[in-house]
Amino acid sequence: MRLLIKNGRVVDPSSGTDETLDILVEKGKIVDLKAKIEAEDLRVVDASRLVVVPGFIDLHAHLREPGQEDKEDIYTASLAAAKGGFTSLCAMPNTNPANDNRGVTEYILSEAKKRALVNIFPIAAITKNLQGEELTDMADLVTAGAVAFSDDGRCIQSSQVMRRALEYSNFLQTLIIDHCEDFSLSQEGLMHEGFSSHLFGLKGIPASAEDVMVARDIILAEAARARVHIAHLSTRGAAYLVREAKKRKIRVTAEVTPHHLILADSSLENYDTNLKVNPPLRSQDDIKALFEAVKDGVVDVFATDHAPHTIEEKDVEFDRAPFGIDGLETAVSLILDKLVSKNIISLSRFIEMFSTKPAQILGLKDKGRIAAGADADLTILNLHKEVVVDVAKFVSKSRNNPFHGWKLKGSPTMTIIAGNVVYPF
Amino acid sequence: MEEKIKARVMDAGKIKRALYRMTTEILERNRNLKNLVVIGIRTRGIYLGKRISQLIKEFEKVDIPVGVLDITLYRDDFAELETQHMVQKTEIDFPLSKKDVLLVDDVLFTGRTIRAAMDSLFDLGRPESIQLLVLIDRGHRELPIRADYTGKVLPTSRREVVQVRLTEVDENDEVLITEPAELK
Amino acid sequence: MEFKHRHLLGIQHLDVSDIVTILDTAESLAEISKREVKKVPTLRGKIIVNLFFEPSTRTRSSFELAAKRLSADIINFSQQTSSVVKGEALKDTVLNLEAMNPDALIIRHSCSGASYFVSTFCRSHVVNAGDGSHEHPTQALLDAFTIRQQKKSFKNLKVVIVGDILHSRVARSNVFLLQKVGAQVTLVGPPPLLPVEFKNFGVEISYDLDRALEAADVIMVLRIQKERQKTNFFPSTREYRSLYCLTEQRYRLANKDAIIMHPGPINRGVEISSEMADSVKSVILKQVENGISIRMAVLYLLLGGKERETAD
Repeated sequence: MRLLIKNGRVVDPSSGTDETLDILVEKGKIVDLKAKIEAEDLRVVDASRLVVVPGFIDLHAHLREPGQEDKEDIYTASLAAAKGGFTSLCAMPNTNPANDNRGVTEYILSEAKKRALVNIFPIAAITKNLQGEELTDMADLVTAGAVAFSDDGRCIQSSQVMRRALEYSNFLQTLIIDHCEDFSLSQEGLMHEGFSSHLFGLKGIPASAEDVMVARDIILAEAARARVHIAHLSTRGAAYLVREAKKRKIRVTAEVTPHHLILADSSLENYDTNLKVNPPLRSQDDIKALFEAVKDGVVDVFATDHAPHTIEEKDVEFDRAPFGIDGLETAVSLILDKLVSKNIISLSRFIEMFSTKPAQILGLKDKGRIAAGADADLTILNLHKEVVVDVAKFVSKSRNNPFHGWKLKGSPTMTIIAGNVVYPF
Repeated sequence: MEEKIKARVMDAGKIKRALYRMTTEILERNRNLKNLVVIGIRTRGIYLGKRISQLIKEFEKVDIPVGVLDITLYRDDFAELETQHMVQKTEIDFPLSKKDVLLVDDVLFTGRTIRAAMDSLFDLGRPESIQLLVLIDRGHRELPIRADYTGKVLPTSRREVVQVRLTEVDENDEVLITEPAELK
Repeated sequence: MEFKHRHLLGIQHLDVSDIVTILDTAESLAEISKREVKKVPTLRGKIIVNLFFEPSTRTRSSFELAAKRLSADIINFSQQTSSVVKGEALKDTVLNLEAMNPDALIIRHSCSGASYFVSTFCRSHVVNAGDGSHEHPTQALLDAFTIRQQKKSFKNLKVVIVGDILHSRVARSNVFLLQKVGAQVTLVGPPPLLPVEFKNFGVEISYDLDRALEAADVIMVLRIQKERQKTNFFPSTREYRSLYCLTEQRYRLANKDAIIMHPGPINRGVEISSEMADSVKSVILKQVENGISIRMAVLYLLLGGKERETAD
């Protein structure tokens, strides 16, 4: 299948490219990249006035398959990803059964091959059944296809276990991703602990619950000389710790979600369960610190932490609703509108954080860049298109997205994977 | 809505003479003054009731206690009211059982207020008898209720509004007939 | 006078004139409880449902009496006997009840925001009888009513609230109300139970009860739950008592005619000594009595009159 993308403004931070170029794609790879390509017998995509970038990669999403297909499955998650401009998705292991063995990893990959529109990369569990006690067969899981390891929401509480995990992952040259939460401090909390939580009468999750574990992970990573990736950074304290660690050249990377950059704890005054998320929406001061961290490189990537739930599960009193915000279909537009069009970050940095860096972190050498020989995973953006978020039109099974009705400037218009146009559908 | 004053049917003097006459009628009919109590219906019934009690004291040197009755909670048109009425206090510091109650109100119209007042009195005690005194009877009864003592009978049309003004709360003692102004 | 609210979800939604209207109405209705026949026909034919998902005898029976005094019919629905135990969701429980056309739902639930949540989908009027740690508006109203009876005015009145502030909906509602009417509030408790952010509510905070009691006019004591000790909010009842119990000795630090209040139930000898609970300055029993008048006033103002277009 040959494809020619003409006249787009090609922006690729990995090579410093930012010019109008044509891209020729053949057999799933980029074969040529220059100002004017003449070719015949192929599909032509006219990318005039559009921006062509290396396909976006989401390091953090919940696909819910196997086991919770009422919330989402591999196919619908991939639809949402494609619509949202993502060419690759990393699937977190808190499925049912958990992805703590080769069988589940292979299941996910084979289902993805059959049904998914985008690339699916499984993230396997660090410990068996996410219990935080015994390590999984990490080497086996790596050969099965796991790109990283995480216990996600079931943060390993024992420093001893985390130490061993980091040492082992380092030996395998794979990555540990940690959702940092000290349960003895967060303890049944429902939202960020602060003035708002006291006003609303909701039990709070203090920032220290996250900061304590970020500090621990940095110290252990340094001791093991291993890499560690901090999931959904959300506090000023954590940003400070990561900044200091990077100064000392510790191999820590960090991600941030759009909702943590845009929504604050005060927005919970109507007990809207679509705003119930872990880590919780933090204070204006924390948001300010996150913006600083994005600007100065302390945060490496954007990730969605796409956490679909059924409507019934969220349509209950606040205490009973599960944590999680749906994110794949709105992430890119939100960042374009709130950060890029407001010149808080450049377009290049934006692409770096959605594509270049995620590919580097995961070691996906042929992705995250536009060059001859690289995979033909491309996202095409319209920076001027105004969209209004409408959850009724979502292709994900879930509707727990708090941005319904928001007017956003900038949107993905086409998603290409291995040279195939998968979106528009 | 603006209102037009159509007529001034009683002035201070006429009111005074009506009250005098009604007091003598009360004394004629009620041999045992010691058993008599006055209950005024909010708001202007209270002041009329106090004036009657005062007159009885002047004539016969007997103290007749006066109580205040708020009938808001007993209205039958409760569910149709456009605006809520503020509930005021009912203040009756003496027992009602076996007493002859003189119920006093300013205007007798459909009779529903008096019906509510009687229901309320029966919830408060078991009076021996209830007599009704009103300053103005304007007709248009919807219930079989009648006054024992009437200051003035005043035929009116339904549209008209009868306003009793008393110096305790208003500028002058007078009774006016008003009509809502024509809608433009 | 017009009470424009459809529901009573919290003090936060009320302005000063709403509060005064409720207190004045309660004052007029109080007399009914002194009659021999303690009933008026005002809400005859109205159906009120007590929806209590947390155990409570006093608040529930207070609402029940209030409804009955106004001749309304009242149905009690409590957690032990309910389908909630069988796992029915709150929303379904309410929708099922609504099929029976109640006029008002009185809800007590352990989740903050539960009564607001119900008001978003139900047709009846909703009265919040306590939602998690958030608000307990009728308690604050009856407390204010009691204070007004004793002290006549709120302006610059010094009110000390002592106890487990963090978890207390009674404290929050009282703080909101007393703020609005111009009283000066000081919150007192051990640091884990009195987060410093409470200063942003416009009140003083103090960890030293003796100091805080100086010149106090009203001392509101809150119940301390023994379970909080297990999670280290305070080391032991013994220590709590020595630092925060309202004893006679401590009471003498306050103004001469300071009144003592407590929303109940009391832990005698823990947050308040028996002598203080039973002293002449204690208005604890008056609070209970006033609770009925306030709840009658709330039901009257919400349900009385034609169904009108309301502000909320």
